[in-house]
Amino acid sequence: MPPTKESKRDRPPAAEGGRPRGTPQRLGDRVFSGASTGAGVLILVILAGVAAFLIAEAWPALWADSEDVTGGDGIVLYIWPVLFGTLISAAFALVIATPLAVAIALFISHYAPRRVASLLGYVIDLLAAVPSIIFGLWGVAELAPMTVGPTEWLADNLGFIPLFDGPASATGRTMLVAVIVLAVMILPIATAVIREAFLQTPRLHEEASLALGATRWEMIRMAVLPFGRSAIIGGSMLGLGRALGETMAVAIVLSANRDIVSFDLISSANSSTIAANIALSFPESSGLDVNTLIASGLVLFAVTLLVNMGARAVINRRREFSGAN
Amino acid sequence: MSTETTLDKTPPPPDVLPPVPLSRGSLPRGAAPGVLLAFVVVAAALWQLADANPAVCGIGAALGYSVVIYAWSRAVEGPRGAFDRLVTAIVSSAFVLALLPLVSVLTTVVDRGLERFDSEFFNNSMLGVVNEGGGASHAVTGTLIITGIAALMSVPIGMMTAIYLIEYGRGRLARYITFFVDVMTGIPSIVAGLFVYALFELFYGPGIRMGFMGSVALSVLMIPVVVRSTEEMLKLVPNELREASYALAVPKWRTILKVVLPTAIAGIATGVTLAIARVIGETAPLLITVGITRGDNFDPFNERMATLSVYSYTQYQNAPGFAREAFVDRAWAAALTLILIVMALNLVARLIARLFAPKTRS
Repeated sequence: MPPTKESKRDRPPAAEGGRPRGTPQRLGDRVFSGASTGAGVLILVILAGVAAFLIAEAWPALWADSEDVTGGDGIVLYIWPVLFGTLISAAFALVIATPLAVAIALFISHYAPRRVASLLGYVIDLLAAVPSIIFGLWGVAELAPMTVGPTEWLADNLGFIPLFDGPASATGRTMLVAVIVLAVMILPIATAVIREAFLQTPRLHEEASLALGATRWEMIRMAVLPFGRSAIIGGSMLGLGRALGETMAVAIVLSANRDIVSFDLISSANSSTIAANIALSFPESSGLDVNTLIASGLVLFAVTLLVNMGARAVINRRREFSGAN
Repeated sequence: MSTETTLDKTPPPPDVLPPVPLSRGSLPRGAAPGVLLAFVVVAAALWQLADANPAVCGIGAALGYSVVIYAWSRAVEGPRGAFDRLVTAIVSSAFVLALLPLVSVLTTVVDRGLERFDSEFFNNSMLGVVNEGGGASHAVTGTLIITGIAALMSVPIGMMTAIYLIEYGRGRLARYITFFVDVMTGIPSIVAGLFVYALFELFYGPGIRMGFMGSVALSVLMIPVVVRSTEEMLKLVPNELREASYALAVPKWRTILKVVLPTAIAGIATGVTLAIARVIGETAPLLITVGITRGDNFDPFNERMATLSVYSYTQYQNAPGFAREAFVDRAWAAALTLILIVMALNLVARLIARLFAPKTRS
């Protein structure tokens, strides 16, 4: 049976080629396949090692007396405020970035002229190439001063919403700025995943819907968006994983307050995030403080691992589905 | 046979049917660009002449265009066409909105970085510098050394893993590796740094810092990227090439080395370059595993080293109240250097991809 074009693209070619039957296993073959298998296994070992060493180093902090842990209230009360800050900053970044990512992916896949579409995709990918430290510097130097006026207005007029409780920060180094910077940083990865799915929408579905008289938006709503739904979920979850672990941008933008739990986005008394807290405290820490920080890193690792595994599971489910087409 | 009789009896007279319009009204060809241009001109004029806030002008222009085009189109084309035009306006402005931070970041970095982007910056370290002057020559070299070692470690491991996944891997192990490589791309960079610190602390005791630890941390971040891109490229190699080689009784490992890899080498090089570009700007893992020095230290196995990203961070974060300007300027100059390196690597990657495109037949 000749392999069809379709199956060749979806499956790795080796699945059809395979090792020619009856050829004796030569020494070179054994060495080469052993080395490549070893490299693959090494990756699993590294990942297991990350978990194992983090647990080993976090262990003393987990069982230490409450008074000995930084802050003096025990490990749970140490980690909770920064975990709260991590979750809330990532969640709001996601709220901003997801609709934008869907719109940008649509623009590139269905609105922009074919010839410039790939160039536009490249421009968005450039955002991903900018190092996070530069986003941090930009956030503090350019974005933060810009938000001072609007946040004062928000505090005065919408202060009854807990998010805008105020008092508005005079420097602009607020959670809001951190959230915006995070949203900009996760935009490229979310856009890339979603765009990929939108481009794979079956052409016949689109043409059928247009032929029935649908406008472009109706075609997108009925053919493209349902097809890309799991990619939208998976892409934004990947973005969430990025936002949870982002360090330097947050560390530079936020002023360090470790033990505040607050939904207030615009005041200068804001929560910090796990990653930023580690970056700010680690260089000057020693003894049990280091173990405590590593314990908080372990929590971050667990959270991002769960989010990323969920995202990959969602995306892979779609891949199987589209393969059936 | 009632149906037949009704059919016979009442043939619908054609002139009774209400006339169905075969075409709907539509806006003139230049309507959308014209309205958009008008609003952009008004917004630009307000910005330049009346000195209004440019952000407010931009948002106002986008809103005004959306409202006018929606109302006009609703009157002429009906609600469905109007909504379609509204969505087009929203989607396009979302794209422009995403470009704003990119443009702003690039102009800010260039603008502020040029302040200290001079020969003194690239020929001096921070040794003995108190306020003004000083440079980042030690940090540039340190970044190159640490990233270079990271690349030396991750490229072979990553490529061999990709070869395993494409050429050998079947069954459960391959599925696990694929899945966990995907998961590994999502490891926060600071966690990679903590892992390496925890690992080396076991051997060297607490407080250990050295350049090689940074390389290992960067490798953890870089390997999955290399695996992914190499895998994509190996998938593109036509299976007929492999079969032709087998037919000539070439053993599998020589087929991979002499046929498969040379065919895909351009794409792999592109992927590796992009992976390097991704990790060269990492700050967090280097901050906690390598630290920073004021002077030259080019021995990755001994004590702290300086890297550009950490240099930029510490200059900014530790800037004292007096002579703050000098520190902040150095931070921005380091940021500009970093972004130039990253952009250059991206450009090189695109050039490799274009000049040596994979030789596929399709």
